[in-house]
Amino acid sequence: MGTADVEAVWRIESARIVAALTRFTGDFGLAEDAAQEAVAEALVSWPLAPPANPAGWLMATARRRAIDAIRRRAALRDRYALLAADLPVESAVDDDIDPDKIDDDVLALMFVSCHPVLSPESRVALTLRVVGGLSSEEIARAFLVPVPTVQARITRGKKTIAAAGVPFELPPAAERRERLGGVLSVLYVIFSEGSTATSGDRLLRPDVAYEAIRLARTLAALQPTEPEVHGLLALCELTAARFPARTGPDGSPILLEDQDRRRWDFSAIHRGLVALAKASACGLGPYGLQAAIAATHASAPSVEATDWDRIVVLYEALGRVAPSPVVELNRAVAVAMASGPAQALAIVDELIASDRLPGSHLVPTVRGELLTRLGRRPEARAELELAARLCANQRERSVLLRKAATLS
Amino acid sequence: MPKYLLIMRGTDESNATMMANIDEMMATTHQFIEEMVKAGVLLAAEGLDDPGQGVVVDFSGETPVVTDGPYGETKELFGGFFLLDVASKEEAVEWAKRVPAAAGSKIEVRRVPGSDEVPQVGE
Repeated sequence: MGTADVEAVWRIESARIVAALTRFTGDFGLAEDAAQEAVAEALVSWPLAPPANPAGWLMATARRRAIDAIRRRAALRDRYALLAADLPVESAVDDDIDPDKIDDDVLALMFVSCHPVLSPESRVALTLRVVGGLSSEEIARAFLVPVPTVQARITRGKKTIAAAGVPFELPPAAERRERLGGVLSVLYVIFSEGSTATSGDRLLRPDVAYEAIRLARTLAALQPTEPEVHGLLALCELTAARFPARTGPDGSPILLEDQDRRRWDFSAIHRGLVALAKASACGLGPYGLQAAIAATHASAPSVEATDWDRIVVLYEALGRVAPSPVVELNRAVAVAMASGPAQALAIVDELIASDRLPGSHLVPTVRGELLTRLGRRPEARAELELAARLCANQRERSVLLRKAATLS
Repeated sequence: MPKYLLIMRGTDESNATMMANIDEMMATTHQFIEEMVKAGVLLAAEGLDDPGQGVVVDFSGETPVVTDGPYGETKELFGGFFLLDVASKEEAVEWAKRVPAAAGSKIEVRRVPGSDEVPQVGE
């Protein structure tokens, strides 16, 4: 058994192990540390003596480490006595685990990792680490930040949770919908980071995006009656379906109108449409509406043959349930396709007048496109150059500069 | 994440064992599928019908020849598959080890290449 085998078992089992340990000990930080120690131990001992039941081995070892830690904390002696009383150290974990509770445990783990007391960065790091089973190194690589930064976010997150006395339990029904929104937004942040890297030299980091999809699938399986979970999953699947066509062989971005649609991942489109159907059972929410827009693109044979009127209607609906300047900007793009650039320019100019998206490269990008289509070339060029100056992604920036250059 | 296909390869004996315990087999398989769904890795899972219901299209000659079967003349028969979205080959193998398969059967683990790895039409 090598490192890769340990990692494979860890990836499958980590959420369940940390969740079960948290239920045993009532201490999320302790559970996470104990699980990490167990996996470190596995990396050393499995190559020498592979266990018959790797998952059980990890659970038993993590449980022992947790008990050791509790033993060290004199103040928690009572709790230790309780745990040690039924300590069948080498026994199979199956005796300790109630399979009916595991699902709730993993779901509770998602809610704890995405708790509102945490900073957005800590939520992302903890979710990837504790629910997704990624190492600090993997998270650091995914988000292009140094490893110590990720470790600090995780440590700070665990301390914050302990200090705030966050209980390890599913939120009460009344709070659940609201808190679920927080979980969904963390998954969406992770997906978006992989879908369009906010910085760096690569447009896509598919590993990050696929990790978010895997977590969204997990959440959909645990919360099958929540339409927006299926909506988010549909949105991610339908967006990821276009990944193979979105970059050229050299990694440069390819715009929607130039994409070879034969490269789209049709099984992902199918999965996205199935999830969208589940999401639309009782009216679409913000994620469901965005998924419906992605589905309209995915089912069109070309940009020209796309049902732009439907997309405009969907953006109008989205603007009502989740108003944002980015939605407004996207609506302008759809309006340009459905009814021409002049009407769209009015929307963009209104957006600029109200200064609701300051400093974003997206506004001048769209304005530059619209002006190009209206034949106002010098103005268009100035806008595209401004967009390039504001854009942090190198790949996107070079596309903008190329476009500006063709206008001179 | 790469995709992996877990192909169930039964033998006449293992298929007979499976059919003899079909209720238990269905229950454990259902449970296993549920587990993969909750781990977010399962993309598709299908079982194949009785091989006697299938046909083989044989391209040995000039024109394709269609014959009934495959019947028992083959040692191993594909009985079904799971398509998984996992991080590594090791993770696919770890899932394969957990499949409730009948004694004597085998599971073949094959990587499914992404569209960026195979030559495209018109290039």
